[in-house]
Amino acid sequence: MKLISKLGMKNRTYAEQKALLGFLFVLPWLLGFIFFFIIPLVNSFRYSLSKIEANAAGMKISYIGFENYINALTVNTSFNRTLTESIINMVVNVPLIVIFSLFLAVLLNQKFIGRSIARSIFFLPVILASGVIMTLETSSLVQAVNDQNQGSGGAIHALGAYELAGLMEDAGVSESIVNYLTSAVERIYQIVSQSGVQILIFLAGIQTISPQLYEASKMEGATGYEAFWKITFPMVSPLILVNMIYTIIDSFSRNEMTDLIKETGFTNFDFGLSSAMAWLYFVSIMLILLISSYIVSRKVFYQE
Amino acid sequence: MLILARLLSVESWKRWIWSFIRLVLIAGLSFVILYPIIQKISTAIKAKTDLYSPIVVWIPEHYSLENFKNAISIMDYWKTLLNTFTLSATTTILTALSCALAGYAFARLKFKGSNLLFAGVILTIMVPPTTILIPMYLNLKDFSLMGIIPFITGKPVNLLNSYWPFILTSITANSLKAGLYIFIFRQFFRGIPREVEEAAYMDGASVGQTFLRIMLPNAIPSIITVLLFSFVWQWNDSFFTTTYLTSSNVMSTQLSSLPYNLSIVLGNDASAKDPFYLSMVQDTGILLAILPLIILYLFVQRYFVESIERSGLVG
Repeated sequence: MKLISKLGMKNRTYAEQKALLGFLFVLPWLLGFIFFFIIPLVNSFRYSLSKIEANAAGMKISYIGFENYINALTVNTSFNRTLTESIINMVVNVPLIVIFSLFLAVLLNQKFIGRSIARSIFFLPVILASGVIMTLETSSLVQAVNDQNQGSGGAIHALGAYELAGLMEDAGVSESIVNYLTSAVERIYQIVSQSGVQILIFLAGIQTISPQLYEASKMEGATGYEAFWKITFPMVSPLILVNMIYTIIDSFSRNEMTDLIKETGFTNFDFGLSSAMAWLYFVSIMLILLISSYIVSRKVFYQE
Repeated sequence: MLILARLLSVESWKRWIWSFIRLVLIAGLSFVILYPIIQKISTAIKAKTDLYSPIVVWIPEHYSLENFKNAISIMDYWKTLLNTFTLSATTTILTALSCALAGYAFARLKFKGSNLLFAGVILTIMVPPTTILIPMYLNLKDFSLMGIIPFITGKPVNLLNSYWPFILTSITANSLKAGLYIFIFRQFFRGIPREVEEAAYMDGASVGQTFLRIMLPNAIPSIITVLLFSFVWQWNDSFFTTTYLTSSNVMSTQLSSLPYNLSIVLGNDASAKDPFYLSMVQDTGILLAILPLIILYLFVQRYFVESIERSGLVG
């Protein structure tokens, strides 16, 4: 630091100094960005357009146009299915996770006995539900069997969801919505375990809302319900956008598409096809991100 | 007076009912979260004979530490623990440092084009790691750094199967989810009032000194957040570790190959064919793998519980 200031800062203005140091601070990231991001990204695109033959002598890359893409979309048996499955999963899960985590954040923000314990438990999935543990957990046989063994408990649970479904259908709620909700109940663990960070973000957002707003609304006679919709919801709405994007990105790490791409690349050594798949996947995710952030951002309320 | 009293009682009823509902909800969901852990503990301390005993559901009839012994020996637990800890701790510290620098620069030390570069950070968050995986792999396999290394040593180095890929990416703030950390730091530093900084300049501190002496000590909540996230995600990550480290033993690779290794160790023993027993040991393995994380979490969780609003997650 001293060396730098001796070298270059004698005759610089304060703003120039800051700009120079700013660039120096960003420099490590910038180097990494170029070497470990931009170059691989460009290369990946190049690979996706070419046929790659790797042998002892090195790699031979020959340009073949969009053949890999056509291959992925028409010839490969599992690509289309996996892609649609993971996208549907994402589209189904994201709203559930966002709504659920907002609800829980509001709940955890209220004062009650044992709040800090409850918070610690709800943030636990941040630690546990990531990476390899998550994948192994789903394959745990003992757990599955134990779930089966607790026959009575399971039956009651299923019955509950079933009855609720019947009730809602009688009330005239459309069937697809009912199915969506009951499936949500059945996947409650998956949802809870994926919403740790989102709860954290929402809770942080709720705590920045000034208490005066709530006091004033209480004076005017607003109920807690009204206060939620008129104060809390608009104030955290930018975070809904953030959380939505985060949830979509977070689902990269645990889906079948990733496995398929990796398998094509490292088990079958078809680097070209694998890159093409990865690009198709990336583009489809970008589309989802753009569409959903366009829809949500129109509703978002900004204070400024 | 009477009406007022009744109103009050309705109000208090409402409050009571609400706190009851809240209690049920929170207790229920906490149970959902804790269930797999409790399940694993109960499985891990069971003896093998209890596996088929119809009367044992949660509390085992015969306690045994056999599963732990098996899992520890198969996973080579202590060595793996040390490896994983070294790897995670190194990348965590380096990542936090480089991300804090970049985050501060993006928040306060604006220069020409810094907004454009920040858009680059957002891009790194958006692009799935799978997209650049293969070029990264090939790049690290024959690491040449634009022809500099072959110029010195005569041939490119193979960085795979060492910690270098992790160290290099974390020094340059491009490791696993580093974009997110830069974002967190930037949001946090933007929230510190400018006056604090300006007062420091007035007193003659240079930009670097202000960063080290004033900003960093104030940023402890966000530093803790980033440290915890980065440590935990590195610990659990199987995506990069299985790609870059093929023979080195870290927790996540050990865990994913545990069933396979187990069946080799058991050999032709009859129990080798028993999927329940395999699953039992695997559960114990998972428990052993997350145990250090839970202990760590117990120490840092108060930073989340008490001061989330200052963690930098929200600007």
